Amino acid sequence: MAEELLKLQNIYKNFGNVKVLKDVNIKINKGEVVALIGDNGAGKSTLIKVITGVHSPNSGKVFFKEKEVQIKSVAQSRKMGIEAVYQERALCDQQELFRNIFAGREITNSFGFLDIKKQRKEAEKILRDYIGFTSKAITVDSPVMGLSGGEKQGVAFGRSLYFNSDLIVLDEPTMGLSIQETEKVLNFVKGLKNENKSAIFIDHNIIHVYGAADRFIILDRGEVVGEFNKEDISREELVKKMIQLHESGKIKVED
Amino acid sequence: MSNLLNSYFVKTHKLEISITIIAIVLFLIYFLGAPHVFTRFPIYRAFMQSMPFFGIIAISATFVVTLGEIDLSFPSIVGITSLIFGIIMTSTDGNFFIAFILATSLGMFAGLVNGLLVTKIGIPSIVATIGTLFFWRGLVNVISQGSGIAIVDVADGTWHHMIFVEKLFGKIPMQFIWFIVLTGLMQWVYRYHKFGNHIHFVGDNKASAQMMGINVDNVKIIAFVQLGFFSALAGIFTMYEMLYFWPTQGEGLMLTTLAAVFVGGTSVFGGKGTIFGTFIGVLIIGSLESGIVALGLSGFYVKFINGLMITVAVTVYALIQRRKN
Repeated sequence: MAEELLKLQNIYKNFGNVKVLKDVNIKINKGEVVALIGDNGAGKSTLIKVITGVHSPNSGKVFFKEKEVQIKSVAQSRKMGIEAVYQERALCDQQELFRNIFAGREITNSFGFLDIKKQRKEAEKILRDYIGFTSKAITVDSPVMGLSGGEKQGVAFGRSLYFNSDLIVLDEPTMGLSIQETEKVLNFVKGLKNENKSAIFIDHNIIHVYGAADRFIILDRGEVVGEFNKEDISREELVKKMIQLHESGKIKVED
Repeated sequence: MSNLLNSYFVKTHKLEISITIIAIVLFLIYFLGAPHVFTRFPIYRAFMQSMPFFGIIAISATFVVTLGEIDLSFPSIVGITSLIFGIIMTSTDGNFFIAFILATSLGMFAGLVNGLLVTKIGIPSIVATIGTLFFWRGLVNVISQGSGIAIVDVADGTWHHMIFVEKLFGKIPMQFIWFIVLTGLMQWVYRYHKFGNHIHFVGDNKASAQMMGINVDNVKIIAFVQLGFFSALAGIFTMYEMLYFWPTQGEGLMLTTLAAVFVGGTSVFGGKGTIFGTFIGVLIIGSLESGIVALGLSGFYVKFINGLMITVAVTVYALIQRRKN
């Protein structure tokens, strides 16, 4: 029996009158990679933001390592061991790399002043050891805006590895990346499993998702409408189901 | 090696270098055009006396502008806090501590109101602070009924008067020393404190900052609160210099103060700025009027040249920024 890492129970989330998540139940085990798939507006990003503490659910329970928790802030979810790599990439363009890596959890003295030396040293380590940047043009003092999409994604991944989290949340990690860069990202996701870390990721591209994930959860208009283990469904069947959902608004489970 | 360091320094401090060059050229023009004025000390003493009043606010406002926000209400915060300072000083027979604490607390409260309107109610800062600009000035008029307050009897010759505005070694106005010290301190906070760091991230990209775990609302609120505090402080400095409160106190500060911030090179789009630049901006804006008159031009040119400086400076920065992108 696999060990449970995260469980969401009866999660509802509204923005004003719009019900974005309706009675969502999902579970993620240790060492498991789960893909969330669904159309635009299905609630994937919102669900992820509930997990990372950006949004609080209106009702429902969250369990992490089998204990009930209320994730009220990003800082709290990070402390618990949940790290996010967002679609918007969560990096600030005009700020230096070393500041970006530690934004929101700066290394400071007791008066709140930054330990710039240590931040730069640790950032250097992340660039070298976790990301494998070899380019001389990019240093810890470079502003993020000079980086390519893949390099930015690399920084975000490096950050998540450095802080040694149990669950890594990836929002469209391959969007806008070249084929080579996409390959790197998918290898990274596969590598997580070897370290018994878990990941949830969103991707529009089912072909990517299929290769990297163990399990697929299909969301539609805020509800979980299907859940499949990789061994139970082929890539073609998964694609077929998504097209079906798109055309009829329903999944035929008995197929 | 020193060459490399130099070029790195130049690359990362383009704005600071441009603004410093502009200031040097300007003072050279003064110097060559009016040597009889600018080779003597009194003009510099006059600068040191007058610049800190808006300079302190400009340094503090740099934080708010770096957020991509603006505060137009500080002239009225100067007004209301100076009024309260005057009332308490005269009614307590010169109890500096009570007057100082109440005036600066009121300043912070006014900043808090701005911050809450912007973050919790969601009013754009330019609109919210136009509202509070009128509100606090209106309150000054209502309370003071249009008359001034003299604090000569309770303030002149006291130790607090001495540390605020008297001359060090009989030459250097104390307010200028304070201005330098505060600039240094705020520069340190701006670049090397967690708060300054968060200011940059929120101003750069609010959504990203939030996802990185920065409490965007709190950062904004604290920025407005500190501006309220420093507006009150600037008001108190002015009170000690003039030994008098008048109901229009603070009016006329808005344009010079914000001009100093923008001429200094802080981006109106947020995310990038420089306290050093604002300091130089204060030297430029604060010297223009006397400089122009000393050069023999009539006072009518002051606004014209002021406008020219601001327009040219922000155009240059916009071009530098565009080349970078």
